[in-house]
Amino acid sequence: MTAGGWLFMSVSVGGVCALFSWCMWKVMTTPGESEHMHGFSADEETPDKD
Amino acid sequence: MILAVAGSAVGLGNFLRFPGQVAQNGGGAFMIAYFISFLLIGLPICWAEWTMGRHGGQRGFNSSPGIFNVLWRSPAAKYVGIIGVIIPVVIYMYYVYIEAWCLGYAVNFALGHMDFSTIQESNAWWASFIGIEENGQAFKGLGISHVGIYLFFVFILNFVLIFRGISGGIEFFCKIAVPTLVVIAFIVLIRVMTLSTDVTAPEENVNNGLGFLWNPVKTFVVETDVATGNSTRREIVDKGFKQKYGALDGQTVDGVKYEVDKVGVIKQLQSPKLWLAAAGQIFFSLSVGFGVIITYSSYMRKDDDVVLSGLAATSANEFCEVALGGLITIPAAVAFIGVAGLAGAGLGTFDLGFKVLPLVFSEMPFGNAFGALWFFLLFLAAMTSSISMLQPGISFIEEVMKADRKRSCAILGIITALGCGFVVYFSAGIKALDTLDFWVGTFLIFILATIQIIIFGWAFGVDRGMNEAHEGAAIRIPGFYKFIMKYVSPLFLIVIFIFYILMNVLGISFSGGEAHLDYHVTDLIGGDGSSPNMAAWLSIGLVGILFAFFAILVSGVKRYQKVQQNWEERV
Repeated sequence: MTAGGWLFMSVSVGGVCALFSWCMWKVMTTPGESEHMHGFSADEETPDKD
Repeated sequence: MILAVAGSAVGLGNFLRFPGQVAQNGGGAFMIAYFISFLLIGLPICWAEWTMGRHGGQRGFNSSPGIFNVLWRSPAAKYVGIIGVIIPVVIYMYYVYIEAWCLGYAVNFALGHMDFSTIQESNAWWASFIGIEENGQAFKGLGISHVGIYLFFVFILNFVLIFRGISGGIEFFCKIAVPTLVVIAFIVLIRVMTLSTDVTAPEENVNNGLGFLWNPVKTFVVETDVATGNSTRREIVDKGFKQKYGALDGQTVDGVKYEVDKVGVIKQLQSPKLWLAAAGQIFFSLSVGFGVIITYSSYMRKDDDVVLSGLAATSANEFCEVALGGLITIPAAVAFIGVAGLAGAGLGTFDLGFKVLPLVFSEMPFGNAFGALWFFLLFLAAMTSSISMLQPGISFIEEVMKADRKRSCAILGIITALGCGFVVYFSAGIKALDTLDFWVGTFLIFILATIQIIIFGWAFGVDRGMNEAHEGAAIRIPGFYKFIMKYVSPLFLIVIFIFYILMNVLGISFSGGEAHLDYHVTDLIGGDGSSPNMAAWLSIGLVGILFAFFAILVSGVKRYQKVQQNWEERV
């Protein structure tokens, strides 16, 4: 692999890892955020289920 | 939580389609177009779908026809929304078939039945397993080396999970499956990165595999037979080969003229094909324009976070695709069969996934264990996507037929079982699968995504849409995205779609050469010496019948008519 290849791979892989990590950090550290990630918890009945 | 939301997006496309697309379309240069497409169409459509879905859900609608009808003041809205049901339902019909292949390969690897020494052997096993030789062949074998029993199992499993509901079924499964597949991917990745080099073929190594995938400047050698004028062009990655052919550049040796062609990033980015591939991969990978996200988000509460949810799901998917998928398949393949061998075998999803990789794993030390793990990973990835594909159909039937979940599961089960049976029966040349994948899994997705972003930006209104998106959001969408979502994304999509029609449908080549209608078109209308194909026609007929059936159901829903009447009364 050329130096350009290493650069593109590092930036691409590093970029998506950084974005994913930031999203996880944001969800974990924002108070009450995990309850607002979707409309129902696993303990509840699914809204469209009888 | 994030992994659960990402489940629908993480699928076979991440691990098989993505690396093949990158390697075929410019490596590092492809990634520039890929990330631009991600920012200009992937993220905007994702946020638009999450926002529109939640908005529709708050008004009591959970299917695309109902949600479109709420957002767009037009009697046509509910009929256009049917596309958002057709796409996931039809894709499910063939996706579950491929899912069964993954499970079948995992079981056969685990039992030590996979021992190939050539790509031809691997290809022959795949052909026999799925029954590609003639129509109906897939139904004939019932053994462990035939697709039938796996298909039956995964079909039932999908419906058991979907019957348990979004929370108890889809999310429950994704919470287990997505972390499991990430762990498996890391194990396989470590195995691939530590592969040793064969001393008899030093150019076949992981480093060259990474180079084949990521190098932004591509080097090709063109060998021309001086006597006949015939020439071949192939990519070279290995440093030794570059030096060897560099020394021969412009020279003729034993009647063969050698020329080395280096293609830089800028030149590659001028190719419409590269942009088309990058945008297509973003669609396929993020599941935008599938009709799945809009349904899923319709069950959210008013103060639930759509902005961070959308971004988190997207980033988890990108992580699986770029950081895992982008590092496993191609390097592993090149380490065993080299760049030339891989290019010869093909870089398509099926070529890479079900012909090349089985050969690679069967040659690898402890290959049966790693092969079983890898295909189980693919099976989990496919499952997380396929169960999500069923929810739009379930929600639609519940909404238009006022059916409970049990009845709607039964109705959708019959529809998809018939459709899946059709796809599996017409297994000769996987014609039905290929036709549906082209016209529904690609063509219709472009159309739906374009319609969705236009509805968000123009019919619903981008200012209103942004305000709606920010309700309950922990982060804000940057202000410039208003401009992007109103003007840039639709324009970008329309331009890409025009190029898609010109290149992939009408077969026009922008690099010169005669235009030939794509075989998906000639399968329907004949031409280029071939007559129309019955399986292709029946596939289109299946979609047409489904659309007509759904349209009849939609036309009789009084709640939809009331929404439009309210629009008129307000004016």
